[in-house]
Amino acid sequence: MSLKIDHVSVIYPAADGRPPVAALSDINLDIGEGEFVVALGASGCGKSTLLNLIAGFLSPTSGGLTLDGRMVMGPGADRAVVFQKHALLPWLNVIDNVAFGLQIQGIGKQNRYRTANKFIGLLGLDGFQSSPVYKLSGGMQQRVGIARALTCDPRILLMDEPLGALDALTREKAQELILRIWGETGKSVFFITHSVEEALFMGTKLIVMSPRPGRITHVFDLPFSRQFQGGAPARQVKASPEFITLREKVLNIIFADEEAVE
Amino acid sequence: MTDPRPAKGPGIWARLARARATRPGEIYGVPGQGNTFWLSVASVLALLILWWLVTALGLVKPLFVPSPQSVLAKFAQIWREGFTNTSFLEHILISTARVFGAFVLACAIGLPLGLAMGMSPLIRGIFDPPIEFYRPIPPLAYLPLMIIWFGIGETSKVLLIFLSIFAPIVLGARSGVKSAAIEQIHAAYSFGATRWQVMRHVILPSAMPEILTAMRVGIGFGWTTLVAAEMVAATSGLGYMVLSASQFLQTSVVIMGIFVIATIAFAFDMMMRFLERRLVPWKGRM
Repeated sequence: MSLKIDHVSVIYPAADGRPPVAALSDINLDIGEGEFVVALGASGCGKSTLLNLIAGFLSPTSGGLTLDGRMVMGPGADRAVVFQKHALLPWLNVIDNVAFGLQIQGIGKQNRYRTANKFIGLLGLDGFQSSPVYKLSGGMQQRVGIARALTCDPRILLMDEPLGALDALTREKAQELILRIWGETGKSVFFITHSVEEALFMGTKLIVMSPRPGRITHVFDLPFSRQFQGGAPARQVKASPEFITLREKVLNIIFADEEAVE
Repeated sequence: MTDPRPAKGPGIWARLARARATRPGEIYGVPGQGNTFWLSVASVLALLILWWLVTALGLVKPLFVPSPQSVLAKFAQIWREGFTNTSFLEHILISTARVFGAFVLACAIGLPLGLAMGMSPLIRGIFDPPIEFYRPIPPLAYLPLMIIWFGIGETSKVLLIFLSIFAPIVLGARSGVKSAAIEQIHAAYSFGATRWQVMRHVILPSAMPEILTAMRVGIGFGWTTLVAAEMVAATSGLGYMVLSASQFLQTSVVIMGIFVIATIAFAFDMMMRFLERRLVPWKGRM
């Protein structure tokens, strides 16, 4: 799996008398097999625009994206998206939500339930197969969303602030769960977050973005998620001096951007 | 310095205007929260008693307000003997057939059209002006046109009812298209769904609550238009019964007919509410 983003710019056209907005300017980014790339930045820096580009919902004004050498022309099952919320289908129960992508691809009920059950087990949702999704907690709903994204065996998982709506405790557990699943499935991940700590803990590569125009200003290679996978407890990783030093460094960058906006 | 006057609480109006703390198990500040069943029962009983009292005391002449007993007696009599040589059941059946025939037709055409209008600017551009033009016109105003164009047979009757149901159904389906969250639509597309699959698997199910509401509103309009439709040279039907009874000043038949129409409409609405709970239990919950 290799995703290449090559000199991509996105300019929203002028509207209501306002000048055109450069949402993204000259973005270059490679995501390789098994990489966990986290995008972090002040609001308006174009993180979500970048995710929409990769997902194929949006076409770049200039530049191009390729996935395994093929141009990205539109959405496709090789890139699965996990949304922050509102993306499950409340008229379907848990297993039918998880199997939804397979249903779209025309796979028979027995086969899609078998695959869905595998990921329901992986996400710790066993026993909830026939529960209505609107009765689940926010954390469980998000796990249904992740299981659904995994069933179609995508080349890359695109996660748009997937944990943003969860409470702090659930969020930390979900971070560890996602890292465990990432380790077990070996998927590449593009992950957007507002939380510096989450970004540092989860990624193998961190891109820090700045607004006006939206661009990548810093790239860091991160060791922490590998440390966690190597057996170090999450809180110990997050309390290590290297983690704290980098956290402060990134926070300074982001606060400087926020102040520049104000 | 102490104030010798007793401390005064806020005025009675100020206290009534402010919500008090709620009991456990309820949510503070939800508008209109609370069970109304027994209040409704009491309200209906009070109205019935008032009606009976007014007639029993002879405050109003039976010509204007007949007593409940006489309406009931009329009901029994018409049930046995029919009205204008047509059995009561036939009056009910013919009216129900007209309203539900028009309703089924309006759903069959209006739902697909409304969904298409929500999905396609082309279809919306073409059909929005005529529908918005005729929608606010009272059916009685275009009733003469119906008669001139379609005669005095069943066609113009059913068509008149159809038109009154059609507009709310189209509007409901059209706005229902907007119910799906953009994330749900994006999720489907990201699995490689075609436009048709997105329509079938995301937009249509999420539009169901609005469609069911539109159907409830629509059938209500249908019953409202029934009497107007049966002004057209009808010889049977509940609307016809009410109309001709009023010409002979048989007020008890008028009231009885009104009750029958209301009962059928109410029973259908209860059925729709039941369907709503079964089909869209997730309504407003996600």
